[in-house]
Amino acid sequence: MSVKLSVSALAIAAVSATSAMARDNVQVAGSSTVLPYASIVAEAFGDNTDFPTPVVESGGSSSGLKRFCEGVGENTIDVANASRAIREKEVATCAENGVTDIIEVRIGYDGIVFASQQSGPDFTAFEPSDIFNAIGAKVLKDGAIVDNTHTSWSEFNADLPDAEIAMFIPGTKHGTREVFEEKVLLIGCEATGAMEAMIAGGMSEDDAEDACLDVRQDGKSVDIDGDYTETLARIDANTNGIGVFGLAFYENNTDKLKVATMSGIEPTTATIASGEYPVSRPLFFYVKKAHIGVIPGLKEYAQFFISNDLAGPSGPLANYGLVSDPELAKTQQTVADEKVLGADM
Amino acid sequence: MTDASMNSVPVKGSLTTLDARTKKRNAAEKRFKAYGLVAIMIGLFFLVVLAVSILRSGIPAFTQAEVRVEFTLTQAQFDEAESQMLKTKAYENLFIAALQSQLEERSLDVTFDPAAIERLLGKTGSTIREYFRDSPDQIGSTVTFNLAASSRVDGYFKGRVSRDTVVDSRFLKVTDLDLVDALVDAGIVVTAFNWNFLTGSDSGVDNPGGAGIGVSVIGSFFMMLVVLALSLPIGVAASIYLEEFAPQNWFTDLIEVNISNLAAVPSIVFGILGLAVFIQFMHLPQSAPLVGGLVLTLMTLPTIIISTRASLKSVPPSIREAALGVGASKMQTVFHHVLPLAAPGILTGTIIGLAQALGETAPLLLIGMVGFIARAYPEGVVSGFIDPNSAMPAQIYTWASRADPGFYEKAWGGIIILLMFLLTMNIIAIILRRRFERRW
Repeated sequence: MSVKLSVSALAIAAVSATSAMARDNVQVAGSSTVLPYASIVAEAFGDNTDFPTPVVESGGSSSGLKRFCEGVGENTIDVANASRAIREKEVATCAENGVTDIIEVRIGYDGIVFASQQSGPDFTAFEPSDIFNAIGAKVLKDGAIVDNTHTSWSEFNADLPDAEIAMFIPGTKHGTREVFEEKVLLIGCEATGAMEAMIAGGMSEDDAEDACLDVRQDGKSVDIDGDYTETLARIDANTNGIGVFGLAFYENNTDKLKVATMSGIEPTTATIASGEYPVSRPLFFYVKKAHIGVIPGLKEYAQFFISNDLAGPSGPLANYGLVSDPELAKTQQTVADEKVLGADM
Repeated sequence: MTDASMNSVPVKGSLTTLDARTKKRNAAEKRFKAYGLVAIMIGLFFLVVLAVSILRSGIPAFTQAEVRVEFTLTQAQFDEAESQMLKTKAYENLFIAALQSQLEERSLDVTFDPAAIERLLGKTGSTIREYFRDSPDQIGSTVTFNLAASSRVDGYFKGRVSRDTVVDSRFLKVTDLDLVDALVDAGIVVTAFNWNFLTGSDSGVDNPGGAGIGVSVIGSFFMMLVVLALSLPIGVAASIYLEEFAPQNWFTDLIEVNISNLAAVPSIVFGILGLAVFIQFMHLPQSAPLVGGLVLTLMTLPTIIISTRASLKSVPPSIREAALGVGASKMQTVFHHVLPLAAPGILTGTIIGLAQALGETAPLLLIGMVGFIARAYPEGVVSGFIDPNSAMPAQIYTWASRADPGFYEKAWGGIIILLMFLLTMNIIAIILRRRFERRW
């Protein structure tokens, strides 16, 4: 009896699912860095409006944008979160699949910090060159480019503790990795003179840049493909471990982690907003314009996200660790006008 | 005489004293028993370690620090708050103001300001708004609210935050703990059973106090309905055909091999299949328990087919022969005699297959059931199948990856609840087997 009932209920559900397909909720996917902020906004959006709470999935910037570019229609996502700007190639893929009008929304900035165990060795001040010397695949030693054989931090910088090198860096599918490479490894490579030496050794500039971003593969540097919780667990288990975290994550775990300065600047929302702290990046989400007016609440969600009450300096997003964008008003205008990517600003 | 017999029979030893070889054999047996005991002990030890660590980390999730305050909302305040964009924040501010004036009346000997009170409270706005919107007749009268304290204050009660390790942050100042202590003495901050954890839905990352597993339990329930309604009839029909009716040829052999192979396919593969077939091709909704159930059905089918075939095989041929002998048709034989005798085995296999499906996360990852999905309870059966929802293991996974330590605790609490469901299902399977199984 009950089996029959559930079978018929299932049949009804299947029929109505295909006939009344109108999705009533906004569907979001993408960067795990933006996910916390998006979830705060989604919850508040559901609490404060009559629209249902949007569904926010994770998976990384690239996978989010890939799903975003799959096409237009209710079985594709409406919004892609990204911790980096969309690439030319991705815009082209989007256009091929019919996703031509994309609205880019910058929500604020995120700082990337280097932190170690609270009770571990004194890792309190780093330069990009230290990080490069520690985990670059090839480094400059005695005027020559050699395979990196450093085992202790004090080998190349006497100010750093004599502790074994063990770094936990974001894996390549993370948007954070790109910022880490650009703002730390590349800068460090130039600062140590390794890049110059590579070019002098006959490499083209592009090849030298690529070589600078190579990370040693002998276990001193570990790619973390999961999220910051995994990095935290690794740091917990390794006194000498140094992890790469988002500012918000670090601020939620100050009792377990101690943060290091970069180029002498301590990472705080203030130093990141002013641009003094060097390792930061903008966070975005992308809206499919074709879905506005089709999916109820999509434009309202976008506007709600970047309203002063939420993304402003005293809003809940800033309270969680987002560095709010000084040019928020301009972004609000972009969304209100539904100005798409590529259109004249 | 005695001498002669002693000389003629070579004495190797007596029955009561053991010779070297026997001793060796006995020792080997003893050693083997010891190895077995040690193996069991190691297994038990890890089981105990696992159970203790799950319980120790998870039990705090079931209690929560709450702020108990009497609160009156006037019609004017209600209208004012409802006219704002961020309505919940407006309610929160009203509540903070009310709490502050009450504390001032009590003249606590601790200094505090609205910011400190705000740091002590969790996200209270949505609870208050929901309450007054559902019962507008309460506007103007005094209502006692029990609202979740902030994650840090909650942690202070559970030992996650201690005075030794706490450092000033915008989430909590060290001086706030003095205020908390004073409020505990005044009976305003209390620890209570966290019903919201059992009944609520997911909440934003800055609101661990509002997170609950209830809605995702419903999501899991609807998925299991789909799995049961599809995989049991399909699985049993397929096994009966293969076992009782199908001719033995290369084609049925091929099917058999494939079923066994399918049982060993990693579950994430079914997720990819679900994404491609159900969402992209059939255009079923994303994040829906219906799709989750369909995917898990594919995963459970081989388990059910294999266990059903095993229990059909274990029915002795004499039963079939006797039925056929008194003139029953093949179909009557199967449905009147073989199937009822095999039923306990089939049910056990089904329940174990369901339990396996209940704990599965990987395939759900690809069809959008893992992430931030905080919906209200579904309205009715159809909405339960097609509205976005999470599932228990997916919810646990989501919580475990959040920054706030309060969510980590919730994840362990969720594991306890999931394990209770699994244990219950397994116990039902054991009881069914014990009560109805017949041995020949």
